[in-house]
This record gives sequence, C-alpha cells and structure tokens, in this order.
Amino acid sequence: MIMRGFMSFVRKETLHILRDPRTMLIVLLMPVIQVLLFGFAMSTEVTDVRVAVVAPHRTEGVRQAVRRIAANPCFTLRGYVDGTQIDAVLRSGEADAVAVFAADYDRRMNALELGEAAGEAVQLVFDASNTNTASAGAGYLQSVLTADVRSGPLPETRLLYNPQMKSSYNFVPGIMGMIFMLICAMMTSVSIVREKETGTMEVLLVSPVRPLRIVAAKMVPYFLLSCFNLATIPLLARCVLEVPLSGNLAGIACLSLLYLLLALAFGLLISTFADKQATALLISGMLLLMPVVMLSGLAFPIENMPRILRVVSCAVPTRWYIEAVRKLMIEGLPFAAVMKEVAILAAMTAVLTAAAIRKFNDKLE
Amino acid sequence: MRTLRVLLDKELRQFVRSPFLPKLVLLFPLVVMLVIPWVTTMDVRHIDVAVVDSDRSSASERLVRKIAASDCFTLRGTFDRYDAALAALDEGAADVVVEVPDGFGRSAAGGPAERVRISANGVNAVKGSLGMQYLMQTLTQTLSELRADRGLQPLAEPVVVQNRYNPTLEYRFYMIPALMIMLLIMLCGFLPALNLVGEKETGTIEQINVTPVSRLSFTLAKLIPYWVVGFAVLTLAMLLARIVYGLSPAGSLGAVYLAAALFVFTMSGVGVIAANYSSTMQQTMFVMFFFVMIFMMMSGLITPVESMPGWAKTLTRFLPPRYFVGIMRAVYLKGSTVAELRADYAALAVFAVLSNAWAAASYRKRS
Amino acid sequence: MNDPILSVRELSKKFGGFTAVDRISFDVARGEIFGFLGANGAGKTTAMRMLCGLSYPTSGSGTVAGCDVMRESERIKRRIGYMSQRFSLYDDLTVLENIRLYGGIYGLSRRRILRRAVEILRRLDFRSESRTLVGALPLGWKQKLAFSVATLHRPELVFLDEPTGGVDPITRRQFWELIYEAAAGGTTVFVTTHYMDEAEYCSRVSVMVDGRIRALGTPAALKKQYAVATMDEVFRTLARGAKRSE
Repeated sequence: MIMRGFMSFVRKETLHILRDPRTMLIVLLMPVIQVLLFGFAMSTEVTDVRVAVVAPHRTEGVRQAVRRIAANPCFTLRGYVDGTQIDAVLRSGEADAVAVFAADYDRRMNALELGEAAGEAVQLVFDASNTNTASAGAGYLQSVLTADVRSGPLPETRLLYNPQMKSSYNFVPGIMGMIFMLICAMMTSVSIVREKETGTMEVLLVSPVRPLRIVAAKMVPYFLLSCFNLATIPLLARCVLEVPLSGNLAGIACLSLLYLLLALAFGLLISTFADKQATALLISGMLLLMPVVMLSGLAFPIENMPRILRVVSCAVPTRWYIEAVRKLMIEGLPFAAVMKEVAILAAMTAVLTAAAIRKFNDKLE
Repeated sequence: MRTLRVLLDKELRQFVRSPFLPKLVLLFPLVVMLVIPWVTTMDVRHIDVAVVDSDRSSASERLVRKIAASDCFTLRGTFDRYDAALAALDEGAADVVVEVPDGFGRSAAGGPAERVRISANGVNAVKGSLGMQYLMQTLTQTLSELRADRGLQPLAEPVVVQNRYNPTLEYRFYMIPALMIMLLIMLCGFLPALNLVGEKETGTIEQINVTPVSRLSFTLAKLIPYWVVGFAVLTLAMLLARIVYGLSPAGSLGAVYLAAALFVFTMSGVGVIAANYSSTMQQTMFVMFFFVMIFMMMSGLITPVESMPGWAKTLTRFLPPRYFVGIMRAVYLKGSTVAELRADYAALAVFAVLSNAWAAASYRKRS
Repeated sequence: MNDPILSVRELSKKFGGFTAVDRISFDVARGEIFGFLGANGAGKTTAMRMLCGLSYPTSGSGTVAGCDVMRESERIKRRIGYMSQRFSLYDDLTVLENIRLYGGIYGLSRRRILRRAVEILRRLDFRSESRTLVGALPLGWKQKLAFSVATLHRPELVFLDEPTGGVDPITRRQFWELIYEAAAGGTTVFVTTHYMDEAEYCSRVSVMVDGRIRALGTPAALKKQYAVATMDEVFRTLARGAKRSE
C-alpha cells in the first residue's frame, strides 16, 4: 500500500517530465553535449603562438632561424615588422610575441658556440598579458632558436605533449563533476519549489503518503535521467570521439552514482531554503557554479591556493569526486585507491540528506 | 517616454523590494572579486623534478643541490638513464626531467660544452612551462656562480625574454578581467530572463499585454535596470581590482566601458530571447544555463581559446563573450585602444544589435 | 441596435484541429452589462482573448470600440479594460503603486491618476491600505482592486473574465455594485461568470456551448423561451447537450 502510494508519485513525476518534451530534451542532451564539448575543447596546452620578426639585417643565419620558427607546428609566423611596430603588433593582438634579431646576430651566435662572452643575439618580446602563452611559448621559442647550437649556457628545452594521449580528456572528470552537480541540484530544487509556488505541494502533503516519500519520489525520475546521462557520456566518448577509455569503469560508475545522490540531496536542501523558483535557480545555477568551477580543482590546481581556500575547497563535494575520477580514469588506479574520497562523499551525502530532511520537516510545522 | 518611465519605476521598486536580488547583486561581485583571484594563482610550487646526471661532477652536484634546496621544486630522484626519468614523468611522479650531459663541469669551467636539456610535461602546460622557466633561472644562476668561482665573466644568454605588459607573469592579472566578464555574463544574462518569465508565470504579463504599452517600452523597461546593474557591478569590480590587487586598466576607461556596454546589451538580449521562447521558469533557466555554461567554458575565460582544437576555435567565433574577453584583457593589461581592436568591437556590436533585435521581435503581445 | 460597441461576425479560433471558438456572431450595445456564459471549456476565455487583442482570430471579423479586431488590436487596447481570471496585479507593489503604474501606462496625467487613486481608495474603503503590498490583501479585496484598476482610465468597454471566482457572497454583492456604478458611468461591461444569480443582473446574456453561441437575449426573454423559472435552468438545459467539458 505504502509502496503503491510511492510509485504513483514516481509516475506523476515521470509524467511531468515526459509531458514537457522541451525540458526533457534539454535535461537529456545538455549534460552530454556539455561534457563532450568542454571535455574536449578545454585544454591549457600552448599550441599556437603567433610570432612576428624584427630583423635589421636578414642574413642567412637570421633567415634560417625564421624558417625554423615557421616550420614548427607550435608557431605561426606573422611576417617581418619594423622595430617601431613591436608595441602596436602586440597590442592589437596580431602576434603573441616578437622575435627581435640583433644586427650582428651571426657574429654573436658564433661567439656563443666558442664559449666566448658575447651579447644577446635575439630578444623575445612576449605579450605577457596571457601569462600561459608567454611562459610556455618563451621556453619553447628559446629552444627552437638555439636548436642547432651545440653548447652554451642556455639549456635545451622542450615540452612533451601527450605522453599517453591524456590531455585530450584531462578536463573530463572535472566537467562531469561540475555538470552533474549543477544539473541535478537545479532539477530537484526547482521541481520541488515549483510545487510550493503553485500550491500543489499542499495538496500532496495532505495525502496519506509521508512527506519524505513525496520528496523521494520527486528525486527518482531525475536520478534515472542522470543515470542515463552517466551512461551516454562514456559511450559517446568511446564511439564518436574515439577516446581510449581506460580505467575501472565499474568503479567510476559506482562513484558517480554516489555523487549523483549527493547532488540530488543538495538540490533538496536548496529547495528548503528557497520559496521561489527564481531563487532556487539562482542558488543552484549561479551561486553554486562559482565554488564548483573555481574551488574544485577543475581548472585551477588546489595545491596552489592559499591555505584558507584549500580548507574551504575540502567542503566542495565536487573536489573529491574529481580527485577520485582522475585517479580511476586517468591514472588507472584500482578502486581501493579512492576509498578515502568515497568515504568523504558518502559522509557528505548522509549529512546533506539528513540536513535537508530535517529542514524539510521543520518547514511543515 | 512617459510609459517607459512608469514601467522603469515599477521595475526599480520590485527590484529593491525583492528579498534576494539586491543582496545578490552586491554580494556576488564582492565575494567573486575578493576570493576567486586567490584561487587562480599559478605561482606553481612543488614542481616534481627528475634529474638524469650523466656528468657526475662537482658542478652537476651543485646544480642538483640547488634544485633540491629550492622552494619551487621537489627533487624526485636522480636517474642514470633518460628512459627511467621519462617513465617517472609518464606516471605523473615527475613534472620535469633535467638531463645534465657529460661534460657539464667542463662547460661550467669556461670551455664550450654540451647543453643541459630540460623536458617538461606539456599536459599541464602551466606547471610544465613555469617549471621550465624556474629551472632555467636556477641553471643560469649555478653557471654564473661556477664561472665566478674561477674568476670568469658570466656568459650572456643568446636569447633573452622580455615579458611585456605583465613582467612578473602574474596569472591573477590575467584572470581578473575574466572574472569581471563572468559576473556580467551571469548577472546580466540570468536576471532579466528570470524577471521576464516570472511575469509570464504569475500572469501579470497578460494584464500588461491588454494595455497599449508597446513591445519596445516593455522590453526596454525590463532591460535598462540590468544594464545599470551591469555597469554598477563592473565599476565595483574594477574598484576592487584596483584597491585589493593594485590592477587598473592600462588602456582607457572609455574602451572598457564601451566594450562592456556592447556586451551587456548582448547578454541581456540573450536573456530576453530565452524568456520569450519559454513558458516556464524551468525551461528558461535550463536554456540560459546551457548558454551561460558554454559562454563561461568556451570563450577563453578559463582556458585559452588558442589552446582549443580547431573545431572548438571555429565555434568560439559565434560566442559574444569571446570577443569581450579578448578586448578586456587587451585593454586592461596591454592598454590597447578601440582602434587597434576594431574587429573585436565590431563583432560585439553586431552581436548586440542582433540579439536585441531578436529579443524585441520575439516578444509577442498576441498569440 | 444602433452603433454597437462590439460587433463580431463568424469569429473562429482553431488550435490545430481543435475549434475552440466556432463562427460566433453577436453585438453588444453601448452601456450594456453583457453576460457571456458557458460551461468550462466552452470557449469563453478564448473568445474574450481574441476580442482583447491577446489572441489572433483564425477567421471572421469584428470591431471592438470602433476598431478592427484583426488589424487594430493595439488601438483597441487603448479603449478597453481587462481583468483576467488569474489575479494579475503585481503582488510585490503596493495598492497605490499598482494604481500609479497602470495610470501611467494608460497615459493619464499625474494629477488625474492621483484623483482617481483617491476616488478608488475611498470607494473601496482602502484608504488605510494604500501602502500595503497587494500580495498581502485578502482575495476579495484583490478582485475589487483589480476591477478598479481595469476601469482606471474609464474605458468605453471593460472585459471581466470570471471576476468573482472564489469570492464570498458579500464581496460578490459589493463587486456587482462596482459593476453597476461603472455601467452607470457609461462603461460597457462584458463579463463571464459561472454564477447564474449574477447572470440575472445582466442586461443581456449569451450562452456558449462547444464553441458556439446557442442562446442570446435578456434573462427574462431566455427564461420565457425555455419556459423555466431561473437562469440556472436555462443554462442546464443548454449545457446538457455539450460534448466537451473540462
């Protein structure tokens, strides 16, 4: 009897979702599109540095060096410019760097080979407003320019790309963590607050089904939807994008299910705070976005943060999820290696659910 | 004009009376500007270094000691062969491999000799390349010291790097203009959309629709408050950037505000479009959320557009914030002028016109 | 009927294959209180929305306050008032602020808005509530306020869509007094209702069944035509044959 009441609520919620094809389409497609889109578009590799050249005398040595830059896939040659144009070229964004060859470039390079003291042969002026390009590009360009110098104080440098083809999905765990959290929290909080707003919640609450079951019933279809998303993403990644899926898939699935529950509990908690759909949406879609993107280690390494923010980041569930998925998916570690994260996520889920239920019951009285 | 004023008065009162919005508009930028820049520091510490020492001289030992002593590095071990060190890098145990060639000691003593080789993991380019830079500095320093010990002049580096516009490579400065854009994307996109669809849900829009209010004044009355909010938030954020982080725009304020105006127009137009095509708040929010996420993740705010694969780069051409991000960083850090960035400004202007025209056209008083 | 304020011919509205309003034709004279009756789902609200310029007619023609319903919806809006089924004033504005807003929208001068506001507040005995948020008012008060706002600019014609739904009998009575006063002041009233006692107050009523107008006339004439004692019975006789209901 009790179970039947519960199931009829689940059916009602499912119908809500099915009757609104637009929302269903969004909810089904959005996470998949975003995970795939961001997962494969986002990268911090510096792969395209545009270089302009200033050379008072285009000697054979200079031309050879310029040809080396042009031939390198990491650089795009933007041609020769006048020495007075350096600032203009950089400020208008036509080039990321200007290589300024000394007038006696050849002589200085020869002196260098012989271990004699000579002045600088090339000055690289970088647009350091993009620190990433500047620091990576500088190292790389230095090594390209000195590639055929056998000796000297300057080290030979190189960046090793994709030793294991990892970078193409380096961001995927983070993106999954972000999208699942936001979408699940948003869906549940809004669907509950919506009923509060339209007054249908009152009708449900006077029914013989216990309030908690009503709320649980609201979460079931969204949980199933999320499971569908969870299954689609790796499948598409494998088939469409041909990403080698290594690692413990079952482990990742278990971990993600736990995380989904946590996100739904979060949504429930938000719904107890918000009286209006708009508020629920702003909290779950916007206020949650910042910590989830910024403090979870998704894009910015936690180890670099000041101490206090490192402590704060421990409270962001996404941080633990991302760490665990990275271990399983990218480092290929066994499930036993993520027990700590699983324990933390489970504890968080329990606390959030308890808090949400308590708050929910308080509101009823 | 009168109608517009009356409607604006209404919007303002509703805004102030909302229990949530004024707090959001004030506190959100405050928290974002005060907290997030600390998150985005890229002063990388604890770079894991593996050394392959083929020289085994006192000079190479000195270099290794120096690396081990540095705060920036954690020495992960000395290896005999490059393969072993590379394996460590593959496993993630090391970020950078330093190969000291046989004869390093000789070169340090003054003779010509082979160069040290530094290989960094490019997957985390920031960490890899910064590690490389730090190591180069350490190496140059060691070499100069060694030469000085023997009374030799330090060798000049053949290639020197000058980092213009942000000489200390402060990553925070790169991110702060981007954070301002995030604020504008969220506040000027979400809020008008919510406001408009909120009127649809409560039915108040119908009462407005049977009045002679024109579509233009109604839409404008919805948008103008959020334009004001956008400018206020931007100004607040710029003040905070100046006071807290000592970052002021190198270029003109006019250039910043012009771009911001075009962008805020665009975003609020997008919000109105999303609301006009949806009947429930849930739909609007999901649609907005979809676009806001794409705007945030794909327009170069968090990871650079230049690092994206070709298809993604093409996609970014259709994202208005991409142009704004480029403009803000260039004006803020490089002091670029509107004339220098005219292509980006033009693109933003086109988006502003398109999105607002679409917004006004998609509002139907009659079904 | 000379110079009707509202006149429609063969007006229809289809949603896909469903004909919500099926070729209705009728006139409303100036100064009348016209009752527009029908069961739920008969098409009353759809018809009314077309007349107010909220919805495009699929076919047919008509004029409202001298303007064409097909082409001149914005001109119509200047001359009519409308009160919808759902309460649609702004909950988060005060009584006075709502009045000021709609006064401004209809282009009333500041002085005139003030005068009307005082009149309304006095008439509704709302003076102490002028600074109360509308959301905090009881339903009956809200409805009376909504009516006053709909007639704020003294329109030639006001459309009321089930204005007394969910309102207690005393407030309902007061509401109808407001309607009579408006009609006496020269405003034509077009009202839908489910209360047949209210239908008795109307100068003329029409009854819609399944998207068509099945009866039209004064309450007395209709009762005579169907040989019954009350409007309630008239309505039941007609509605019995309805195929669609909610």
